[in-house]
Amino acid sequence: MANAVRIVLFALAAAFAPHALAQEAPDALVKRVTQEVVTIIKSDPKVQAGDQARIREVIESKLLPNFDFQRMTALAMGRNWRTATPEQQKALVEQFRTLLVRTYSGALNQYRDQTIDFKPLRADAAATDVVVKTEVVRAGQAPVQIDYGMEKKDGTWKAYDVIVGGVSLVTNYRDEFSQQVQAGGIDGLIKTLTTKNGGAAK
Amino acid sequence: MMRQGQIRRVLAAVALVAALGGCATTNGPMSKVDPFEPWNRAMYDVNEVVDGKIFKPFVQAYVDYTPKPIQMVIRNFFGNIDDAFSAINGLLSGKLDSAGNDMGRVIVNTLAGIGGLIDVASDAGIPKGNLDFGLTFGTWGFPQGPYLFVPMIGPTTVRDGTGLGVRFYFSAVGYIPDVATRNVLYGIGAVDLRAQALGAESLIDQASLDRYTFIRRAYLQRRLYMLYDGKVPPEKEEE
Repeated sequence: MANAVRIVLFALAAAFAPHALAQEAPDALVKRVTQEVVTIIKSDPKVQAGDQARIREVIESKLLPNFDFQRMTALAMGRNWRTATPEQQKALVEQFRTLLVRTYSGALNQYRDQTIDFKPLRADAAATDVVVKTEVVRAGQAPVQIDYGMEKKDGTWKAYDVIVGGVSLVTNYRDEFSQQVQAGGIDGLIKTLTTKNGGAAK
Repeated sequence: MMRQGQIRRVLAAVALVAALGGCATTNGPMSKVDPFEPWNRAMYDVNEVVDGKIFKPFVQAYVDYTPKPIQMVIRNFFGNIDDAFSAINGLLSGKLDSAGNDMGRVIVNTLAGIGGLIDVASDAGIPKGNLDFGLTFGTWGFPQGPYLFVPMIGPTTVRDGTGLGVRFYFSAVGYIPDVATRNVLYGIGAVDLRAQALGAESLIDQASLDRYTFIRRAYLQRRLYMLYDGKVPPEKEEE
């Protein structure tokens, strides 16, 4: 009997082991994705020519799958998140996501010959919420720390905050969002975001 | 006499910082951090005109049409002076590693980099410290005081603004006896400083819903991060 249990357990362990082995550590994930994007920026002629559509495509396919926009939006909304209806929440996530993609493609445009250092992760192996640290080194200027707040959900790591030189994206938007909600309610915030995204379109 | 007057001025500044700072916490609710918001927003609007319509286009032209190597030399020259002040502040605030690096940078760049025109130290991998008097006052326990937006200077706080005043008072360029040379150098320094902010600014335009709010929070987050050397205690972070 005990033997049978052991065999079943072993079989289960074996079944899950490949998954566990294939699972990428959060710092390895950040490094791989960053290097992939940098390689594309440096080699893709369309990106080099500043083709916005192509840059957005790169962001959509490479970066976005690794972000948890639901969590990001909820954090930026703070206590207003729970008062929003599911439809409002969906609209907020969608618009916030669009805004960040636009901002990020602008940031990529400014990318020059900078090197990125990846710091070793200092966290418990069992941790499900970590900060992955990287540093962008530029000639003649102080290095800029870019950190990623990451959470493990259903076995995969996703980023929910980007902290540039100590400035947390989520914290920064918390002020902006609460100000808009105070002025015009949650629908007011959705409207502002939508206008901002539409207004920036070509 | 002269010295007494100076001491009195410094004491007055310290008292002002203490008085204004008493009513504000580090990063708390915005009404506390920014009690002068209506005034600051008015100053922000003034800055949009003075800076946005006049100074910024001029600086943009400088960035676009001045040969890059010349811009680099100018950046390095003023960067070298910054490093010297950063070294002093590293010593004053007990951040000795940083002070050591900055002193090394100044020595290397002044001697091997032709008086600071070439940033040899960065190539050698000696990091810049970027410390200033505002941060030093912070490590001494001075409260940051209310947030301020000052035309042509931008976001600051009473503490950081006082730091800027101290820096300006001891400014290296101020020791140049020839007034015309001195003013030209002040001017170039201001253009160079403004040029450094151009890149970040286009990002803020893209990212922000309300620029004033966005800049305020980003500034306060950044300063807190610098004050704690990147290791901000968790209770200070949240509201």
